[in-house]
Amino acid sequence: MPKWFMPFAGLTAVMFAASPFVIASVRYESTMGLVQKIFYYHMPSASMFLLSAVVCGLASARYLFKGSPRQDRLAYAAAELTVLFGAITLVTGPLWARKAWGVWWTWDVRLTASLMGWMVAWAYLLVRKYGGPGSDKLAAGLALFGMANVPFVYISVNYWRTIHPKTSVVPTLPADMGMALWFSFVCFLMLFTLLLRLRVRLEEQRAKLDALYLSLDE
Amino acid sequence: MPARRSLGEGVRVAWLILRKDLTVEVRSLEIAYTTLFFAVSCVLFFAFALVKEGKAPEDGAAGILWIAIAFAGTLALGRTFERERQSETLRALLMAPADRPAIYVGKLLGIIALLVAAEIVLVPLVAFLFQAPLLSHPFWLGAVLLSGTIGFAAVGTLFSAMLVRARSRDVLLPVLLYPITVPVIIAGVRATAELLQPDVELALVRFWVALLLALDVVFVTLALWTFEPLMTD
Amino acid sequence: MRVAVLLALLFTTPLIAPAFAAGSTGFGVAGQQQQPEPPKPTDEFVPISQLPAQDQLPAAPLLVTAYAFVWLALFGYLVSVSRRLSKVQREVERLESDIAKGTRT
Repeated sequence: MPKWFMPFAGLTAVMFAASPFVIASVRYESTMGLVQKIFYYHMPSASMFLLSAVVCGLASARYLFKGSPRQDRLAYAAAELTVLFGAITLVTGPLWARKAWGVWWTWDVRLTASLMGWMVAWAYLLVRKYGGPGSDKLAAGLALFGMANVPFVYISVNYWRTIHPKTSVVPTLPADMGMALWFSFVCFLMLFTLLLRLRVRLEEQRAKLDALYLSLDE
Repeated sequence: MPARRSLGEGVRVAWLILRKDLTVEVRSLEIAYTTLFFAVSCVLFFAFALVKEGKAPEDGAAGILWIAIAFAGTLALGRTFERERQSETLRALLMAPADRPAIYVGKLLGIIALLVAAEIVLVPLVAFLFQAPLLSHPFWLGAVLLSGTIGFAAVGTLFSAMLVRARSRDVLLPVLLYPITVPVIIAGVRATAELLQPDVELALVRFWVALLLALDVVFVTLALWTFEPLMTD
Repeated sequence: MRVAVLLALLFTTPLIAPAFAAGSTGFGVAGQQQQPEPPKPTDEFVPISQLPAQDQLPAAPLLVTAYAFVWLALFGYLVSVSRRLSKVQREVERLESDIAKGTRT
């Protein structure tokens, strides 16, 4: 593991452990009260979900057109993180919605598109695992289509009539809420980097193992 | 690396492939008949499942039509490329000195032709079973169906061509295809449902068709761009 | 492996935080499990604190579940990757030592 990993992991852990306290110190939002505090984890995890989908797509494109195995490993790792952060978003969201909107789920544009993007990530993992030879390229092709979905998820709330808050909410938050949100966001970004690096390492070791086995056959 | 070929050459290749596929298909009509039968059974299945007190739900027409198209399309895609796989013609095609994207376009047009043929049967059937005025705005319905079919087929042709040599290809095609084509299906169903309303709001239909066309452009572009690297070993 | 232990230790401390954040709302409200009657229509505005208890949806369990899920998911993933990584690393080391010892041809 690179030298920065352990200290970075330590810092991330400390910050993440501190985050509930930071969030607790912020005032309550006037209409939604306590349950709104889910926002401070929901929004950053949604951002990480979209970020990993983009990383997966870009790495897949580079893998398809340049053939670099490093990009393939990065794409695989990013796809797993897309599933992880997508799951977190799709669970925290409905838990908040149950109180804020009165329903667990609604077929609103952003929710539908996010669920769809999440399924594409699952499909990526399934193809990698069960697709047999050539599945790396197949999955890479899929990831490109999945990445095309990301900008749609982001702008959908601004152009459709939707119950989900618009993108204009975040820049106009009061200062203390904004600070807590940015703190949380930085935590999640650090976690994303950590987990990505760790997962890529797993792929590197697997590749090393394959190479070792191959060298034995010679 | 193949030399850059002219657009005319590409069109010629696409047409040749389309003609070849149509010729092979017309001889036995195997895929056409089986796909059509499957689509019809799909519609009937849904009709039976959703019937309440002897009446089928009237609002279900749009959704059921598109589901039948999607299921039948998936089947047709699998069957078409299975045929290529069995006769090893895909490899021969790829070894030929033809522009890869042109091969994709030829295959795509074949699939679209098949699906349009299925829709010609399905639309009156659904209209009849669900008492839905599907034929009240034939131009707009045609536009919706065609743009939706192109989008679905664009992604489907790409993925099934890629899956020809993969393991578990039968189950992987829906796994790959359905999540990506969700926007196409949603737009198609919403547009069709709007067309079935007593007082149609054409502006809304125009919006959905515009969205479908945008999706078509994105999907076909992505497919053309990635077909070559994806089909190369 | 060390990463997992470090992050595990620091993950468990925030579990006391929801009690902090929940503050005065308390956990008792979640205990009511009666069959709710349909609410009687009201003629004027009734602030939520004066509504009968079964109309108020307690926020604390939702909040706790959300935060707990986030930590469990992240922690669970971390454990999963660490486990897979150790397994592969062990096999790599085993293979390398076998090759070095020349026991494999």
